[in-house]
Amino acid sequence: MSAPPVLPASARRPARVPGDVVIRIEGVTKLYRMGAETIHALRGVNLEIRRNEYLAIMGPSGSGKSTLMNMLGCLDTPSAGRYDFNGKDVARMVDDELAEIRNREIGFVFQTFNLLPRSDALHNVELPLIYAGLRPAVRRERALGALRNVGLGDRIHHKPNEMSGGQRQRVAIARALVNHPSILLADEPTGNLDSRTGEEIMALFEDLYEQGHTIIVVTHEEDIARHARRVVRLRDGLIESDGPIP
Amino acid sequence: MARLLQELVESFRIAFGQIRANALRSVLTALGVIIGIVAVTLMGTAINGIDIGFNRSLAMLGEDVLYVQRWPWRRVDDWWNYVNRPPLEVETAERLNRVIEATPGSLLEIAVPVATRGTSVRAGELRLAGVMLFGTTGDYSRIVTTDVVEGRMFNDVEASVGRPVCVLGSAVAENLFPGRSALDQTVQLRGERYTVIGVLAKQGEFLGLFSFDNQIVAPLNAVRRQTGARPNLELRVKVRDKTKLAAAEEELIGAMRRVRGQLPGERDNFSINQQQAFKEQLDPIKAGIALAGLFITGLSLFVGAIGIMNITFVSVKERTKEIGTRKALGARRRTILLQFLIEAVSICLIGGLVGLGVTLAASLVLATLLPALPIAFSPGLMAVSVLVSILTGVVSGFAPAWGASRLDPVVALRYE
Repeated sequence: MSAPPVLPASARRPARVPGDVVIRIEGVTKLYRMGAETIHALRGVNLEIRRNEYLAIMGPSGSGKSTLMNMLGCLDTPSAGRYDFNGKDVARMVDDELAEIRNREIGFVFQTFNLLPRSDALHNVELPLIYAGLRPAVRRERALGALRNVGLGDRIHHKPNEMSGGQRQRVAIARALVNHPSILLADEPTGNLDSRTGEEIMALFEDLYEQGHTIIVVTHEEDIARHARRVVRLRDGLIESDGPIP
Repeated sequence: MARLLQELVESFRIAFGQIRANALRSVLTALGVIIGIVAVTLMGTAINGIDIGFNRSLAMLGEDVLYVQRWPWRRVDDWWNYVNRPPLEVETAERLNRVIEATPGSLLEIAVPVATRGTSVRAGELRLAGVMLFGTTGDYSRIVTTDVVEGRMFNDVEASVGRPVCVLGSAVAENLFPGRSALDQTVQLRGERYTVIGVLAKQGEFLGLFSFDNQIVAPLNAVRRQTGARPNLELRVKVRDKTKLAAAEEELIGAMRRVRGQLPGERDNFSINQQQAFKEQLDPIKAGIALAGLFITGLSLFVGAIGIMNITFVSVKERTKEIGTRKALGARRRTILLQFLIEAVSICLIGGLVGLGVTLAASLVLATLLPALPIAFSPGLMAVSVLVSILTGVVSGFAPAWGASRLDPVVALRYE
């Protein structure tokens, strides 16, 4: 089986009509203090992301790409500006409130998969549901469903070291989706995979997008960004360009 | 609430997963706690044992007996107030008994005069020194709890005429007549020959100071021939109801003042002693020993706690990235705090339970090898040591767990 030819996404399918606004960022800045020096990671970013968008965030290192991703993922709060998530003001939230938002609204996919090494696939996927306080029976059922959804229904008792990189990333995606989040936030999801496996993962994202999920992929690879419907490019803490894939 | 429960279950799961995954490290860390708990519980067992032995000794004095003496059983700084007190006489006892009989509903039963002196005793070639000689009347058997296992106590007639008969403590009988009965044998007390008519049951040592078995009881009127007309006499007064000891003491003071003809406002010219006074004297000493012992053994537990703290810090450091992942997936500060606290507590609890087992085994072995050693392993001690191990875990695990719960998820996720 050969890898499918990489085509511009717009050539394959017409862009879908986006829904309600999920994320609205206005004038967001982020400062870091490194000793005596102040680093302006973000210098005033405006961004709006709607339901069922497929967005790629690109930019060279030092462009503020990671900072923006941490902000979008509610792992960090802006120094100034507004960040509304589903109409809720996230910028002023404290740690535990942010944890709640991350648990319910955001599904993370990391470059290094970040699975718990000593837990099997099922328990890894159950983890967000444990933090949501669900009963074991409900957790198990939903985690099973999520694993089947990524094609791993027969691998539920495998530990991460018994699976290939692609399978591990699928477990991570199942974990990201198991609590029905508003957005799927992927940070270089194919960075640790060979190109064929990477394409498989991107095909899975395509399916999820078709199912109605909102997907944000942070990457520095043009090939990966081309799968998205919209690309936001950052440079020096500002948005350089924002628009559909040409 | 449901969430907390799920988090707790998950925390225990993680904790035991970690302990299994780092078996050697966990065992070594737990060893510190085991040693600490063994030291503390063994000390507790010893203190408990001392307490029991102490109470047993005090009971030998008689829980329902008041002692009328010239001096109190405590240190006095104003010795001049005591030294000129009139001595207690046999007539004092007789008059006291008349007062008691004349009191309707008296709380006191009887007063018995007892003369005490150290002496040596001979039987044939064998000579025994440092024996307590009690000279008393036929009522003596009413105030002591010790049974006569062989023979009998002397009677009133023998007592009043001062016949040279005696009852030996078990140690005296064994030492003077090894392997044979002491009954009807003759012993020499200060050159005078006494016939043994009874042997007392074994009682044991009093606070390890002297043995109650190392005594001889003889008629006061017989003993008097050797001790002179004015022996060192005390009155032992039996109380009818030992739960009303304080009221009985009040009555005894009043009765003694009448016997002595003391005027109102005059200070008592006698002292009433009882085992309770001993207890009050010795309790602070006992508490001091307990405190010092627990402090020293507590230090070893403290070292164990430092080990736990250290290993929890290492655990947090190793799993920083995992903490970041968990936070990204929605773990709150409490969740992370609990996770590491439970890990620390689990190691401590396992260590504590093993330590308790070791102590239990050790005290059983000790009790078999050295039956004289007072050792008492109590359920209360078990509960306390389990609590102490949990507390150790919480105290030593708190700082690292708190640090982990406060980690910035961005920093933690980037940690390699």
